[in-house]
Order: sequence, then structure tokens, then C-alpha cells
Amino acid sequence: MPGWCAREVEEELPGLRLLSLEVEVARRGSLTGASPGDIQGRLRELSSRYRGATAVGVRREPVPAAYRVFFRHIGLDPDVMRTPIEAAVLERLLRGGFLSGGLLEDVLLIALVDTGVPVWALAADSLEGPLGVRASGEDERLGRSARAPALPAGRLVIADASTPLAILFGGLAPGHEPAASTRRLALFAVQVAGVPDVYVEEALWTGRLALEQP
Amino acid sequence: MSQQEQLTVERAAEALRPLRRDGERAARGSLRAQIARLERELSAIVADGFPRLSPRAGIGPADSLAGPAAASGEPFGGPRLLGLEQLELMRDRLAGRVQDLRHREQQCVERQQRAHELLERMKLEPARYKFVRLPVAELGQGGCGVWEVRPRLGLIGMLAGWWQLKLSSGCPLERGPRSRRGPSPRS
Repeated sequence: MPGWCAREVEEELPGLRLLSLEVEVARRGSLTGASPGDIQGRLRELSSRYRGATAVGVRREPVPAAYRVFFRHIGLDPDVMRTPIEAAVLERLLRGGFLSGGLLEDVLLIALVDTGVPVWALAADSLEGPLGVRASGEDERLGRSARAPALPAGRLVIADASTPLAILFGGLAPGHEPAASTRRLALFAVQVAGVPDVYVEEALWTGRLALEQP
Repeated sequence: MSQQEQLTVERAAEALRPLRRDGERAARGSLRAQIARLERELSAIVADGFPRLSPRAGIGPADSLAGPAAASGEPFGGPRLLGLEQLELMRDRLAGRVQDLRHREQQCVERQQRAHELLERMKLEPARYKFVRLPVAELGQGGCGVWEVRPRLGLIGMLAGWWQLKLSSGCPLERGPRSRRGPSPRS
């Protein structure tokens, strides 16, 4: 489902789009617990796809390159604060493989490595209305919980109808991340100029299929 | 200025405001296009120059946006819509890095070329380059080998002027050098 984008953001950053979908987790066990064999097998398979030189070359591939350019456009330095795909590939090199970090983390990692498009998950029950992208206003907080940190005005965020719930390409709001026992998730992906629709849809569907399988 | 003239000036300014806004937006769009081009160029230089050039080469104190915020990768304090000035700063910084990396790459190529020429000369006239060592890394090759001009047959070669160019066997073993001790005495 396409999300909304504030007018000033849309005008300044053409091509920026947020897509989300809701998923009922059918897998048994906890979202933070060990992944089943098929997910771990897929991670092992993906690990063999990346080697040293490939990791440096990733930045020239069309989809990762589009995210690098977008990072620059929103004032982030992708050589210091890495794009999600480059961060994942670097981790793979440092740790010798895509190591399992729990069911949900693994599923999101598979979607990312498969397509180059980052996918995040929020607890669907904690949302109020559809997700979208906007700049934060004065005196806003990240999330609705008591421990929600204050946000500086003008920061680009993913928000529902009332509250910012994640920093764009950054952390999720405390209290809105999926817990171990969460069964309804809102997966979302951020598309930027230069990334074809099919990659974003594929990333979300990869996540959905992996989680909805019993 | 009469009241009538003041009113006319204000109306003109009001009429020009959307034009100025559009102009600024177009300028920001143009800067973003330049940033995109420079970023692709930078990525190409880094990818082509690896491993000679480090992917993080050129990020440092000379950076115009240096500081704790830049060190965290968020020189403007997190993701935000950048204004004209910030985009200009970003563009200039990126252009500086591209230029710096091109310069480093050029220096690397020249250094390797000089090393190749030296190796050729060492092959042709080893006696003129006694005990000169040239690591293969300086030739742009991987590994730990070292080309060295050594006397043939040790001292005899040294005295007789028999010099040869040899390539060392490569990287040291991960476990360290093989033990030189003989077998432990039987009890």
C-alpha cells in the first residue's frame, strides 16, 4: 500500500515514496528467537554471494547507488553513516557471513540483501492511520510512549496520522518496535529516485512471504 | 517615496515572490543533480581504485564540514530537507573529495609506474642495484613478496660480482615461522 508524503518533501525529493503492508505472522515462536531452518539456510546462501571486492563494488550497482545519492540529498554522508545494504555487506565481511539475529531481523535482512531495498517493521497495533514521510514539527517526540525522545524540528521522519514513529533511515520509536510476541506487523520500505518499483515490491513481498508461512 | 509608489513596489514584490521561490527550487534541483553526478563519480573512483585507495580516503580534518556531526555521518544534524546553502556546501565538499581521490589515484599510478621501471632496470643490470628490495605491493600486486637483488652463491657471488634478482616466497605463515628445533630427545 503506498503511503503518503508531505507536499514540501515530495516537491524537494521527487521519487521518494513509502510503501507499507500489514503482515500476520504465522510462524511459530518468538520474533526475536532463533530462525527456522529455511531462513537460516537462505542466509547462508546469501553469504556466499558477497566477497571483499564485491562489497566495495556494491556502491556502483544501480539500487545501492540510488540510496547513496539520496543520503547525500538529505544531508547524510554514506561513507560514514552507511546505507542499509552497504552496512549489511560490511557486517557480512567482518563477521564472515550473514549471522542470524532472530526471526524478524533475519527476514528483513534477507529482503534487503536480495533486493538492495531496506525494509523495517513496526508493531501494527501501535499505529494510528497510514504511514507516510514528513518533516518533524516543533516540540514533537519520536513515538507516543513515555520514554519517547524529543525530535529536533525539520528532521525527516516516518509518521502515522499523528506521531513520528521512525527517523528516515534511522531508528524506530521506542514502544513501537515489534516485541517478541507481536503477531501483526506493519512492514515498510522507502523507495527513492532511481529505484524501480519492482525492487521495492519484491522486498516487501519477500518479508511477507517469509513471515506468513506457517 | 509616496504612498502610491510604496504600494506599487509592494505589489511588484508580492508578484515576484512565487517566481523567486520557483527559481530557488530550480537551483536546489540543479545542485541535487550535481551532487548525484559527483557521488557516482566518487563511487566509481573508489570501486576502481580498490584496494589501492581506501573507501574512506579523503574523509578527514581537511573536510569543510568536519566536526562531531560530520564524524557521525550527519553533518547537518540528521536527515532533513537541505536549503540552498547546505546543498552548496555538500556539493563543494563532494567535489573536493572527488578531486582529492583523483589526485591520490594519480599519485598511486605514478608510484607503480616508477616501481615497474625500477624492476625492469633491476632485471637488466642487477649488479647496479645490489641489495635493493622492491615489495610487490609497490607494483600494485597483492601478496607479501619482495623482489631483491642478491649475490649468487652468497659470499662467493659477492666477491665475484655475480648478482641476481630474486622474488621472496611470499607471506609469512599464519602460525609464525616453522620451528627450527630438532626432534625432542627421547627419554
